[in-house]
Amino acid sequence: MSKKHHKLEAINLDAFYGDFHALKGINIAMEEKNVTAFIGPSGCGKSTFLRTFNRMNDYIDGFRTEGDILLDGRDIYAKDVRVDELRKEVGMVFQKPNPFPKSIFENVVYGLKIQGIKKKAVLEEATEKSLRRAALWDEVKDKLDKSALALSGGQQQRLCIARALAISPSVLLMDEPASALDPLSTAKIEELIYELKSDYTIVIVTHNMQQAGRVSDNTAFFYMGELVEYAKTKTMFTSPQDNRTQNYITGRFG
Amino acid sequence: MPHIDVELDKLKTRLLEMWDLVEYQLQSGREAMLNADQELAKQIIKRDRKVNQFDVKIDRMCENFFALFTPVAVDLRMVLAVLKINANLERIGDTAEGIARFAKKLEAPVSQDLLELTMLLPMYEEAMAMFADCRVAFKNNDPVLAKSLLKRDKTLDKIYRKSDGIVTKFMVDNPDKISEALAILSIIKKLERVGDQVTNIAEEVIFYREAKVVKHKLGRKKKKD
Repeated sequence: MSKKHHKLEAINLDAFYGDFHALKGINIAMEEKNVTAFIGPSGCGKSTFLRTFNRMNDYIDGFRTEGDILLDGRDIYAKDVRVDELRKEVGMVFQKPNPFPKSIFENVVYGLKIQGIKKKAVLEEATEKSLRRAALWDEVKDKLDKSALALSGGQQQRLCIARALAISPSVLLMDEPASALDPLSTAKIEELIYELKSDYTIVIVTHNMQQAGRVSDNTAFFYMGELVEYAKTKTMFTSPQDNRTQNYITGRFG
Repeated sequence: MPHIDVELDKLKTRLLEMWDLVEYQLQSGREAMLNADQELAKQIIKRDRKVNQFDVKIDRMCENFFALFTPVAVDLRMVLAVLKINANLERIGDTAEGIARFAKKLEAPVSQDLLELTMLLPMYEEAMAMFADCRVAFKNNDPVLAKSLLKRDKTLDKIYRKSDGIVTKFMVDNPDKISEALAILSIIKKLERVGDQVTNIAEEVIFYREAKVVKHKLGRKKKKD
């Protein structure tokens, strides 16, 4: 697309769940510090594709890929790649907020502790930084030792984002991060995505067309395992080239 | 039909109704002018209020559609086009009203000589025909027909460009008919504007159907030459 660095790239990617051909010959390149939205009907393969970027599909029986997924030009399915190292680079946020049943503080530093970091000062600094980045600090700074489960849904989701940011990834994958939230919390998440893109490459799966329009720079439309169209979000929502895209975004599918 | 299509259909129907009304106004304007029919002229002036009501109503319908359906792609272009077509139709309605105001002051039918010299009637015919064809282009989603209108506008421009000289000469020869000649000149100017407005509408039809912006393209070409 432009001269910008390609942070994530898929080359002739096919993915299978056993006999089911879930992704068919996907070719896409995503620029660094950009937000890319994946849209498409349920079962079109967009979440499967999102999860290949941090190898979340590895645990699924019968799942296999062909072709390449590159992070900073490096094949993440290569034999010498350690998945735990990969996930330090590529953080993920899910549809439903899923904090651990622990304190807010413990949630944020969970990844760091696993990495063996024990110094309290380091952990505290990382907590404040991550919570600030996730626009949650002011709301929780006085109750870091309280259970994360006592937070509202929107706060929990921002906590999950803070948890993902704490291990300083460069890529954030978001699988419908606001679909379980009310409009206000959704707006906060969207605002957050907008702010985070100055430092992170973000890929977001969403079923909300307006959300894709508001937060993303580029949009990819998937249908039945194929990448039908990939273009600037502005172009996708004003003059899409493929009829299937047009039918989908205008709500006239099938 | 999906709900969104029902709403778009309503919008389109309303715009076509307005189109019919404005066409009727233009036609009546010509009759009133040719026959010095002051009664008809008064009716036209009164009816312009109805055109304005359409304008307001369609604007409001578009606003609601944006708010409630947040349209994208072809739907978005359709509503944007309807908004602009609406504005142009309203202006053409004003033109008909302006012609009627001139007709209202006429005591006798306009002189035949002047009509023939200026080619006002063929110009009027062509403007009306373009207006009607443009309606067909919009109704049938026909960008090819819309494109053909862009060229036809030149006929009107040609008559308009010549009118200055013709009317000046006429006034020199017929000093008793100066006010009539000036009025005819202003009607020619108005009809030339109708041609432009029909062209604007045709451009919107092309934009809405093909996602292509064609306006201001002709001017750019000319500058290069």
